[in-house]
Amino acid sequence: MLKNLCQKMFGRSLWVYHANSGGCNGCDIEVLNALTPYYDVERFGIKLVGSPRHADVMLCQGPAMRSTAQALKRAYDAMPAPKLVFAIGSCACGGGLWFDSYSVIGPVEKIIPVSYYIPGCPPRPEAIIYGVAVALGLVDKKTAPVAFKELELPIPQYHPGDLRGEGELVVYEKAEKV
Amino acid sequence: MSILSKLGETLVCLKAGRVTLPYPAEAKPLPEKFRGRPIFDATKCIGCAGCANNCPAREILVYDVCQEIRILKYLGRHCAYCGRCADVCPEKAITMSQEFENGTNQIGDIQQRLELFMSTCQRCGRCFKEPSVLEQLKMKGYRFDDLENERWIFRSQATLKGEPAVDDLKIELD
Repeated sequence: MLKNLCQKMFGRSLWVYHANSGGCNGCDIEVLNALTPYYDVERFGIKLVGSPRHADVMLCQGPAMRSTAQALKRAYDAMPAPKLVFAIGSCACGGGLWFDSYSVIGPVEKIIPVSYYIPGCPPRPEAIIYGVAVALGLVDKKTAPVAFKELELPIPQYHPGDLRGEGELVVYEKAEKV
Repeated sequence: MSILSKLGETLVCLKAGRVTLPYPAEAKPLPEKFRGRPIFDATKCIGCAGCANNCPAREILVYDVCQEIRILKYLGRHCAYCGRCADVCPEKAITMSQEFENGTNQIGDIQQRLELFMSTCQRCGRCFKEPSVLEQLKMKGYRFDDLENERWIFRSQATLKGEPAVDDLKIELD
């Protein structure tokens, strides 16, 4: 549903607003690097705007801090209705290294709903462009959760329940497999 | 301000050429020591929890669900890709890959979960990895627990009850 909405609403271009709520400026520099002629995101119609009222997409960097959470919430509310929020960097995705510090509330999704995550500390400009491309439906996401489970016992298991017979004539049923 | 200076500017611009990188078509080669997402190899992992102890973001969680199975969980939410887990791993089971295109719409996509089969300590009842290959066979289905009668005891179905020690375990990631 979100994808269809994206394709309908953001068919032509995304105007991004760049919000830092207490990060270390690492992700800021990478986002600005993605906007320079070297990566030239205006090819894809992505443009930086100075006010959240003009923006379709909010690029969040930095964790939600106690001092900036209200301002972040206000900036989110000021955006017009079909809006997306990108959490860029480890701080915005999960709170960063200092996620349990007294002044950090946590990831930005505790304050505003986040639609796309771009982890990295900081993410490369290519990673940011890739994340925006995933949101636009141009490429598929590469990541998937990995779960490793121990296989069902690689060698056959001796079990007393499979013993048949009595006395000296006890036979183990699955003897060939052992 | 003369026309000559404008011509000079044009020359400079022509000399610079094109700087835009053809990123989506072909990626710029990464530097050799670039650290991307850590990849956990379950076949090499011995469950020593050294990575969990060394992680500055406390991103790797290790906990036992029963007496034989230890679960190692990498959440990846606030990982800083510092590579300390790969440095400290004695079996080199963690490699820092060069994957950086991790943009996703669900944060649980970067999660990794290993379920490791361990032996049970006779004294404290907690999991540990057997040192030798022969002893590791015991972990494949049964263990040599009953020392008095020298009998194999099959793996228990019981699970450990109680609150998890780490608060992060309660975070349910889809």
